[in-house]
Amino acid sequence: MKFLDYLKNNIVYLDGGMGTLLQKCGLKPGEYPERWNITHPDVICGIHKDYFDAGSNVVCTNTFGANSLKFTEDELEEIIKTAISNAKSAREKSSKKAEKFIALDIGPSGKLLKPLGDLDFEDAVETFAKTVRLGVKYGVDLIIIETMNDSYETKAALLAAKENSELPVIVSNAYGEDGKLMTGTTPSAMVAMLEGMGADAIGANCSLGPKQLRGVVEELLDNTSVPVILKPNAGLPKSVDGNTVYDITPDEFSDEVTELIKKGVRVAGGCCGTTPEYIKLLTDKMYGFLPVPIEAKDITVVSSYTHAVKFGDAPILIGERINPTGKKRFKQALLENDIDYILSEGVNQQEKGVHILDVNVGLPDIDEAEMLKNAVCELQAIIDLPLQIDTSDVSAMEAALRRYNGKTMINSVSGKTSSMAAIFPLVKKYGGVVVALTLDENGIPETVDGRVAIAKKILKTATEHGIDKKDIIFDTLAMTISADTNSAMTTIAAINRIKTELGCHTSLGVSNVSFGLPNRDAVNGVFFALALENGLSAAIMNPYSADMMKTYYSYKALKGLDENCTEYISTADTFTAIANTIEVSTNKTSEEFKSELQRAIIKGFKEKAGEITKELLKTVAPLDIVNDEIIPALNIVGKGFENKTVYLPQLLMSAEAAKSAFENIKAILPVNEEKSVGKGVFIIATVHGDIHDIGKNIVKLLLENYGFDVVDLGKDVPPEKIVETVVKLHAPLVGLSALMTTTVPAMEETIKQLKEKATWCRTVVGGAVLTQEYADKIGADKYAKDAMETVRYAETVIR
Amino acid sequence: MIITKIYNEPKFCQTEILRYAGCKNADSEILNLLESCLDEIQDKLTYRVCYRELSVDIAEDICDFGVFSVRSKNLADNLASCRTVILFGATVGVELDRLIAKYGRISPSKALMFQAIGAECIEALCDAFCKDIAREHNLCVAPRFSPGYGDLSLATQKDIFAVLDCSKRIGLTLNDSLLMSPSKSVTAFVGLSDGEIKEMKNKCSLCDKKDCSFRGAI
Repeated sequence: MKFLDYLKNNIVYLDGGMGTLLQKCGLKPGEYPERWNITHPDVICGIHKDYFDAGSNVVCTNTFGANSLKFTEDELEEIIKTAISNAKSAREKSSKKAEKFIALDIGPSGKLLKPLGDLDFEDAVETFAKTVRLGVKYGVDLIIIETMNDSYETKAALLAAKENSELPVIVSNAYGEDGKLMTGTTPSAMVAMLEGMGADAIGANCSLGPKQLRGVVEELLDNTSVPVILKPNAGLPKSVDGNTVYDITPDEFSDEVTELIKKGVRVAGGCCGTTPEYIKLLTDKMYGFLPVPIEAKDITVVSSYTHAVKFGDAPILIGERINPTGKKRFKQALLENDIDYILSEGVNQQEKGVHILDVNVGLPDIDEAEMLKNAVCELQAIIDLPLQIDTSDVSAMEAALRRYNGKTMINSVSGKTSSMAAIFPLVKKYGGVVVALTLDENGIPETVDGRVAIAKKILKTATEHGIDKKDIIFDTLAMTISADTNSAMTTIAAINRIKTELGCHTSLGVSNVSFGLPNRDAVNGVFFALALENGLSAAIMNPYSADMMKTYYSYKALKGLDENCTEYISTADTFTAIANTIEVSTNKTSEEFKSELQRAIIKGFKEKAGEITKELLKTVAPLDIVNDEIIPALNIVGKGFENKTVYLPQLLMSAEAAKSAFENIKAILPVNEEKSVGKGVFIIATVHGDIHDIGKNIVKLLLENYGFDVVDLGKDVPPEKIVETVVKLHAPLVGLSALMTTTVPAMEETIKQLKEKATWCRTVVGGAVLTQEYADKIGADKYAKDAMETVRYAETVIR
Repeated sequence: MIITKIYNEPKFCQTEILRYAGCKNADSEILNLLESCLDEIQDKLTYRVCYRELSVDIAEDICDFGVFSVRSKNLADNLASCRTVILFGATVGVELDRLIAKYGRISPSKALMFQAIGAECIEALCDAFCKDIAREHNLCVAPRFSPGYGDLSLATQKDIFAVLDCSKRIGLTLNDSLLMSPSKSVTAFVGLSDGEIKEMKNKCSLCDKKDCSFRGAI
């Protein structure tokens, strides 16, 4: 029988611990257990056979750490080949009458993925792919991906399994005592992502005992429509006379697991500390028990690397501000690859309370696939909201979906045959909730019936692609009422029909409705309220609009969706003008400042510096503000730092206040004039192999303050990329940062290559381990002990 | 025989945080910054330690731990009177790195403060752990000693990670350039002795970075 057929109607028993048993047989600390497949085949085969004899339906090959990061390709092949053959001979030797399957076991790589660690996502996929291909070559019944404690790595492994085999794949994660993965992901977020990508079973293993995993198991059962796996440890380990002992007996273990099987767990076994005895007792106790049927959960959900966002009673806000349409400053940021600007748009919207961020970085003349992929990676590195990928470029869509750490929203598909043919396969492969626009080859129907008919067509085609109804959200298209005053009510009636007749969720780009009218927010707010009352599930909207936020919080309070009106009360004061919220501490009257702006910068009041600048710009020329106010203030702080009367955090707070002033100036300057504020290109990077960049970011901030045009290449930058950029921009100066003695050689190599290929370029180096002596040794032109010294040096080089 | 321990937030010292952030005196703006960072970090740090006990044989500058051995005069001195060593890995988790990354992009002053908070919290965790070890064994503990101190090569990290299974136990990984992720993490040897522990010289005297602004402060 095939594994999936058996799983349909039976409880599947997995095996128990392997490592613990191998240690008893003499495996030494630090020794790779996978090598025992080759050196001790009898031991491995014996353990597998004991599990089959105990009633396991599946044994996992002894390949937990078998990957190309640990072993050479030849050894890896030998390990996997013998591991599978050991399991197969155990299956032949076991006389137990039960279905017996062999699972290729895939554990974590042992590395953390970028940006937190140094393993690139695609390299992780390829690492797992090598193991998968060998498993396929030597013949297994299924793949088990287990003990993963990072959602991103889990995605890489599942993608590798799906792209390189037709085998069933079951996926199990290691949850901590807080009920989350070590990288912070909840069980329901894992369900969203894994189910979306087509995992055949989803679960929890290792790290804790069955009792401690109960909450995780219940959350999995509540959310998933596929079988749930439970493979816990034999309780918690403790040290007794220098030996590790797990704290529950086979009897207690099997009781606790039995209870959870009766709640719905369908794939059960044991992990660290469990032995064939544990499995035998478990299967004995469960003998004759019929599995609990698995119910399909009709949950529309997206997720980030931390949490799931469900579509249901309370409306979901999707922030629309990461989008260059009609925004000069945003376009400029995209053209200059100014990712920080995009990130701050994300952070600001999160602070306003949106649940999902729409990400649109489409502009003519930029490589949208590359830009969108980068934007997604950068956003998900620092913001824990689910993203909505918004592009009409299919290759950009795929690049972004592939790298996304979770289950994303996809914006969008339409009723056009070509659109569905391009987008649905991506939804099927990577998972996602797709926004479906009710338009097709013939345009947007003027009638409600017409839009509902397209919605039905889209649903039918989605089903043919194997996409569930719950993963489609309809956008019935808000059109401006300035062109047709009936259009708003058509859109809203269509929402109502789709919700009641088709049982689907809806989303709207609300702001379109007022295009061409004065005071658009007023119309948007009321339209939003009407749509909500007719069943709208989500809105793509501007969270900076007081009218929209007012509507949202009032609606929730009125509909009983805001217990004790807590949210309404805590946000109500933000509905009025924002300008009043700047607090000014007035208890420092003895200090003398030339002006309010200088005071704000010197004291590090970021918002206030921005507000004052905005006011000043009404009467004072931008360059006068820079030269007469900002630069003198920065000089006071900078000199204070050099004289040790101002400390680093104060210097940075002032720099951020100055940056906020500069941002307001930039926003009104035409692009070419703004360049005249700058002094010349300074290229900055953290060297190859080094992934910590706080020092580099500090230097960058100060350089920008002092008017340098900084090109930030990021962290872990290969020498070649630095040289290439220096040559391309003919940059006079490069700043390099390194944190560790082990990465200084990469700095040395970069300087060497620069001396060969960019003879005009000078180098300034810094970082935790750097000293003057070190800097001299590796041929740097300058060692700067802190950020101000770098600024001072740059002033002598770039003029 | 690897044991994993999970701690509640250990006691930490605000003055130390400010010192790591480069402040000798803090004005009200800096204290506000610190306070807002402490608020934001609440419940975001996890305190995990994994460790195992090893025996040690010292012959001149070779320390033989049975499962691997290292050559280091400074470590040999540190463990001189010890027969048993606790080898541990500790981390405050990945969430702090996310905060540092986030504010590194939008507000470096906060990133700096989070960095300082992390430095103090991992130190406090290690202190709490070493105190526990001393109490549980009822022995004296030598000052903890990490790869990179004095002449103990950073490459020792590879041996440590091989025998501690850090990534599975506490989510601590080693990069190709021997940096650890999460960044606020420590691996170290802690010698146990029933006799007197030789006082370690000022840690800084072992370090080559003569212009370090923290030099001599520890």
